[in-house]
Amino acid sequence: MSAPALEARGLMKQFGALLATDNVSFTIQAGARHALIGPNGAGKTTLINLLTGVVEPTEGQVLLQDRNVTALSSSQRVRLGLSRTFQINQLFPHLTPAESLGLAISERNGSGADFWRVAGTRPAIVAEIEELLTRFGLEGEMDQPTRKLPYGKQRLLEIALALATRPRVLLLDEPAAGVPEEERQDILAALSALPADVAILLIEHDMDLVFTFATRISVLVAGRLLTEGEPEEIAADERVRAVYLGEDAG
Amino acid sequence: MSATQPTAATRRLEAHLHRRARWRWPEIIFWVAVLTTIVAIPSRAALINEILIAGLFALSLDLILGLTGIVSLGQAAFFGLGAYAAAILASKGFSDPTLGLLFGAAVAAVLGLATAPLLLRGGDLTRLMVTLGVSLMLGELANRNGWLTGGADGLNFSMGKVLGLFPIGFAGQRNAALYSFAVLFILFAFARRLAQSPFGLALAAIRENRLRAGALGIATSRRIVAIYTVSAAYAGAAGALLAETTQIVSLDLFDFHRSADVMLMLIIGGAGYLYGGIIGAAVFIVLRDVISAATPEYWEFWIGALLVALVLIGRERIHDFAVRAASSLAPKAAREDAA
Repeated sequence: MSAPALEARGLMKQFGALLATDNVSFTIQAGARHALIGPNGAGKTTLINLLTGVVEPTEGQVLLQDRNVTALSSSQRVRLGLSRTFQINQLFPHLTPAESLGLAISERNGSGADFWRVAGTRPAIVAEIEELLTRFGLEGEMDQPTRKLPYGKQRLLEIALALATRPRVLLLDEPAAGVPEEERQDILAALSALPADVAILLIEHDMDLVFTFATRISVLVAGRLLTEGEPEEIAADERVRAVYLGEDAG
Repeated sequence: MSATQPTAATRRLEAHLHRRARWRWPEIIFWVAVLTTIVAIPSRAALINEILIAGLFALSLDLILGLTGIVSLGQAAFFGLGAYAAAILASKGFSDPTLGLLFGAAVAAVLGLATAPLLLRGGDLTRLMVTLGVSLMLGELANRNGWLTGGADGLNFSMGKVLGLFPIGFAGQRNAALYSFAVLFILFAFARRLAQSPFGLALAAIRENRLRAGALGIATSRRIVAIYTVSAAYAGAAGALLAETTQIVSLDLFDFHRSADVMLMLIIGGAGYLYGGIIGAAVFIVLRDVISAATPEYWEFWIGALLVALVLIGRERIHDFAVRAASSLAPKAAREDAA
């Protein structure tokens, strides 16, 4: 009976003449493993930006555990438990992974405005940084500037940072994009080890990844939700094959 | 998970996180050297005082430009306002320097807080123009309100003794330099602490990637307003110090060249590590003093040449070259420094 972790109601976004998001409604339950797929230009990134508050919808609402957050800024939504990763790394090049994680944790637990205590002197924060570094296999790189990390490690830090905000809902925007084959396994392992109670919406091009990870799939085409269902239903859906898989094959 | 980790990893992590907290030897030597210079060369106390004040002014810019990545061409607004606030207070009979200093900083902070929201929209060019515009407006207000500011004639006033003990001004130029030194050191220590706090880390995050900073729940706008206010207070304090130690204020305090010079000083010394402003101010003012003694009309040429060289060659390359040179001379010391 619990409220859905995340709900979109009739989301519309008009960019000039282009209707990028056309009346999209869906719900994501707590702890769900939900994937959003669709061909290039289907409006997946716009939809993420609408959900996270980077872009304001022309119409419609976003609800986080039944609370209407449509008018809130993205940082306010993060504090309410909606976090995301980025398709293109959005990291802090000159900060180290340990500093970046410490920053996210301090911000979450309310000590982010503390201008007196030296960062990293609270044992609870240090323990949590260490836990996240270990979970994502970043212990060895923890004191290197982020820009010097291998790309795969940077992708892991993307996810670790989002998780450091302790989200209820986590939006993963193509987490494996551009990761070389030999480092892919690390990303997959990190994804399957994400906390079970966090609802996850995975935006992905890689069908192998989608079908291993997700228990529910939505298909977005030209700004509209074409269909939603279990992975087997989606795989069997003729329309999906036509617009999506067909396009891949062609 | 962390319980099974050896505590060595935790200790390494802790050491990494507050690696900059402890005052290091070069820093201690730096401050002792500055103090020694003031005591050892009393004949140049006025010049040293000017450097210390310019250093504080450049530090104020470093808080927003170096730490947070917010550009400004209008720091002179806060500098001039702080100077005039302290001067007007003194001319009304409240001549205690500490009071004037606090008043100058406070008035500048109020202006900083009031104008900070103007910086939240748009890009760097917008910010440069907005900050420049505010300082132009303030200069003109000071010009038009001669009843309060003395207008184009400036304002003369006399100052009391610092803490009721030490006379400053023409009678006590060394005291003035020591007073400026004390203020600079206290404010520097506070800025240093602030830079290492979670708040300071959030400023670095805003500088490095504002989009992601917001995506981590950082209220980026509020942080920018807060640091801009602190920066304005620092610039105001620098202005108040100048007014108190020279006992004159004039409209040129609001001039564009003040804002431009302070940015030059910070770029010459290097932004972002807090010492850059002081070092840049020293280089700038000493060069001006030395070169203008030789060729009075020509000193800006050399400052310009230095600036072009620094920007084109890049500070990192100069730094790397210095480190390599040092390590070939003293390999052991360099290795210890790196560790």
